[in-house]
Amino acid sequence: MSLNLACLAVAAALASGLLPALFGRSTAAVRTVAFGLLGLSGLSGVLGGGGALLGGVTVTRVLPVGLPWLHSHLRIDPLSGFFLLVVGLVTLVAAVYGPAYVREYEKGPQPLLPLTLFTGLFVAGMELVMLAADAFSFMIAWELMSVTSYFLVAYQHQHESHRRAAFLYLLMAQAGGLFILLGFGVLAGFGGSFDFASMAAAKLSSGWATVAFLLAFVGFGMKAGVVPLHAWLPQAHPVAPSHVSALMSGVMLKVAVYGFIRFVYDLLGGPHWQWGGLALFVGSASAILGVLYALMQHDLKRLLAYHSVENIGIIYMGLGLSMIFAGTGHPQLAALGLIAALYHCLNHALFKSLLFFGAGVVLQQSGEHDLEKMGGLIRRMPVTATCFLIGCISISALPPFNGFVSEWLTFQAALQGTVLKSGVLAALIPVAAAVLALTGALAAACFVKVFGVGFLGLARSGRSAAATETSRGPQLGQALLAVLCLLFGVLPTWTVGHLETVARQFFPGGMPEATAHGWLWLTPISPRVASYGAPLVLFGIGLAWLLAWLWLHPRRRKMPVRIGPAWDCGFGPLNARMQYTATAFSMPIRRIFRPVWPIREECRPASAAEPGGRYELRVGDWAWLKLYQPLGRLVLATARRLALIQGGNIRAYLAYSFFTLLFLLLVVSL
Amino acid sequence: MKGWILAFVQAGLLVFGAPFLAGWVKWVKCKLQSRQGPPPWQPYRDLLRLFNKEVVVAESASPIFRIAPYILFSITVLAGSVVPMVATGLPTSAIADVIVLVGFLALGRFFLALAGMDVGTAFGGMGSSREVTIASLAEPAMLMGVFTLAMTVHSTNLAGMIGYLLTHPFQLYPSFVFAAMGLMLVAVAETGRIPIDNPATHLELTMVHEAMILEYSGRHLALMEWGAMLKLMVYGVLLSNLFCPWGVAVDYAPWTLLIGLAAITGKLLVLGTALAVAESGLAKMRLFRVPQYLALAFILCLLGMLSHVILEVS
Repeated sequence: MSLNLACLAVAAALASGLLPALFGRSTAAVRTVAFGLLGLSGLSGVLGGGGALLGGVTVTRVLPVGLPWLHSHLRIDPLSGFFLLVVGLVTLVAAVYGPAYVREYEKGPQPLLPLTLFTGLFVAGMELVMLAADAFSFMIAWELMSVTSYFLVAYQHQHESHRRAAFLYLLMAQAGGLFILLGFGVLAGFGGSFDFASMAAAKLSSGWATVAFLLAFVGFGMKAGVVPLHAWLPQAHPVAPSHVSALMSGVMLKVAVYGFIRFVYDLLGGPHWQWGGLALFVGSASAILGVLYALMQHDLKRLLAYHSVENIGIIYMGLGLSMIFAGTGHPQLAALGLIAALYHCLNHALFKSLLFFGAGVVLQQSGEHDLEKMGGLIRRMPVTATCFLIGCISISALPPFNGFVSEWLTFQAALQGTVLKSGVLAALIPVAAAVLALTGALAAACFVKVFGVGFLGLARSGRSAAATETSRGPQLGQALLAVLCLLFGVLPTWTVGHLETVARQFFPGGMPEATAHGWLWLTPISPRVASYGAPLVLFGIGLAWLLAWLWLHPRRRKMPVRIGPAWDCGFGPLNARMQYTATAFSMPIRRIFRPVWPIREECRPASAAEPGGRYELRVGDWAWLKLYQPLGRLVLATARRLALIQGGNIRAYLAYSFFTLLFLLLVVSL
Repeated sequence: MKGWILAFVQAGLLVFGAPFLAGWVKWVKCKLQSRQGPPPWQPYRDLLRLFNKEVVVAESASPIFRIAPYILFSITVLAGSVVPMVATGLPTSAIADVIVLVGFLALGRFFLALAGMDVGTAFGGMGSSREVTIASLAEPAMLMGVFTLAMTVHSTNLAGMIGYLLTHPFQLYPSFVFAAMGLMLVAVAETGRIPIDNPATHLELTMVHEAMILEYSGRHLALMEWGAMLKLMVYGVLLSNLFCPWGVAVDYAPWTLLIGLAAITGKLLVLGTALAVAESGLAKMRLFRVPQYLALAFILCLLGMLSHVILEVS
């Protein structure tokens, strides 16, 4: 049943891409058909994935298509069911949000059709990745996802920056795909076949297993955007249309995480603790650098993209802890780390999509993507602002919203590091936890900046002063996600209970204590060690609020609030330029963590041309300067050398063929 | 049921005792500086006066400005109610462990900082920017210190931590000494006391907390001020009961509860006096020295953790 629903999801997504081509003339029909089918695809993804997760079943099917010696294997198990659920959920909400949002593009220079075509194919690719149970189908689905998303990034190709970002994205996606292919190759070499069942049964020596792990780590890490491979991500994700940005940042990165988990936990089996150490280190670096880079961004969508790097880092920290515990023989704690990572995948999909949707509404209604030109939006778009605020609280890991629960679980996993024999590990894991604490606090700082500068205060530009609230569809889409953010924050015990099904797939013991004390209490190890009663937290806040309100309400009736001008120190009216800007807000952090960014700061005094003087600040990305650019130069230089053999002389070419033939004959004769 | 009633009474004690602690620190400080000084119960009068005053809200303020005092106050009350003050093992302390407690305080601060930016004046933004910067450095140090304790007592539940120390024979753990020093530095920074912030200042360029609440008046201001006093109280109770848990009641007999109340009162008065002495002897730091101060706190907590791993793990 769940596999049928999952196949229906893929088919509906494909149809959503292809069918609108029949009525290319009428944009209204294109919108209705494309987003209707996309919604159907999301819904059946949620149902199919949810069915597999709640039922804890594994269904396999072999389709008579594919290579002659390798039919296409499809399989849904709790792990892929969970990720299918995540994909379906965000797709469903995107289908609610999208129709009103893409109306903006109807007036633009591009036709709508390519957008709906590639969105449908993109979603179908992501859903197919979850179902693939052999390396061949997996790679086809993976490439479908990568290539179609390239066209989505390049959708507004009249801007040169969009074309560059899209090309970079394609390049990185292909390089990453190559690493994944090589990783599968190692497994297939030992397993004898490309289907996942025989790969999982392969007996690898420790060295080859590590080689395969490293290939998968780089390949999937490139797609997930871990530091230092992340530089493409903040360029590519923001330039796509916002509902696609939400899908890319919220979901596509999770597909990479899914691939990584599938490869390491399922196909390789028994992770080594050294791999976990690597994942923990890279995850910590991604988390802290992601949030620090995000703090310096003032383009709202790019800032959110950098936060994806941070959140992927947090997910990798959970996975790293899980692998360390699994490799040292603590399956229960390994399950805890894995559940923390999975929970954060779900949470990040929800709040990041919510934030991208909000950013899309702001972009559409005010035309601004720069924080420095926003301000006061909460008064003009109250629904969007409220939903965005909930997203901000969730991503800042504050109770009682969902982001907090998964970070709390990660902290609990890290605190169990004392069970390890190795003193070095036992001392380094708490340091990683401190990095996580710093990340969380900096994320909160960043979102105070985003919300405070963007939505509060006075409008900094005429266009943001004239912004209006968006239409019903986008409002409903955002409200749905906001409610889900609260629900998954308040009902963690129920969620963890179902995520445990996934963990039991790899660690049969699971985490029995976590949900053993009723739905009110989340107790990952035991109630004596740590407990969190999320519903009671919400109740407690409500109760304290009620008491304060009862105490104050009589006074309020007696003395209503007076509205007056803000305190201006007696110097005359305040204006919007007197407010703190986003740059000013993050300046103390910029000064404290100075070496983290390549910064060019220039201050020119007043002159005739610039009567006010000029201040310019450019904050770059070291990964771009130190890794991407040198690599790019190396590739170009190599290509130039190799171009020497292309002289354009026919005799030289004939000679190449001749010597190649000789060489091959020599090889054959040996 | 008895536990829940006691928990409510304890939360009430904490909420209504907090202004006295703030007043006590001010009174001791005045005495140390040979000034007459207001009596320790002056904050109650101030709060009452503010509650009866009219509220003026700026034209440019959004609903965030109005709900922030309520959120800040209720979340700080909730944070206070999970801290074992007089008795340990109350049912409320299972709601949240110490990491959640840090999260509560962070949520309160999130809304405080947003409220500072809401009206759109320069001071509010300045205060918010400084507050979140200081907090983002203080939080890892705080959690590091807490982890150090948690590693020894194998729990992050506050009741579990205090219970472990009460039931095990006294032992001077080197890690606790480091963690206590580190957490004390963090507490000073988080509650906005000298040398990080000056609660008595009204010089715009140096203030942090006061800059954020500059636009508030009447009952909103009262809730904000009370929230800040509560935060001082929560940190005071946390420090005194984590590092000096003796006297905390472990059962609900009236006699032990009375001893518990006397013990925590004594501990808080001593701690308040120490804070007043430190505040009188120190000058406020400039903002960009604060990272070094908090780095010291982090290093102390890190040393505590390392000494636990090296010396205390058997």
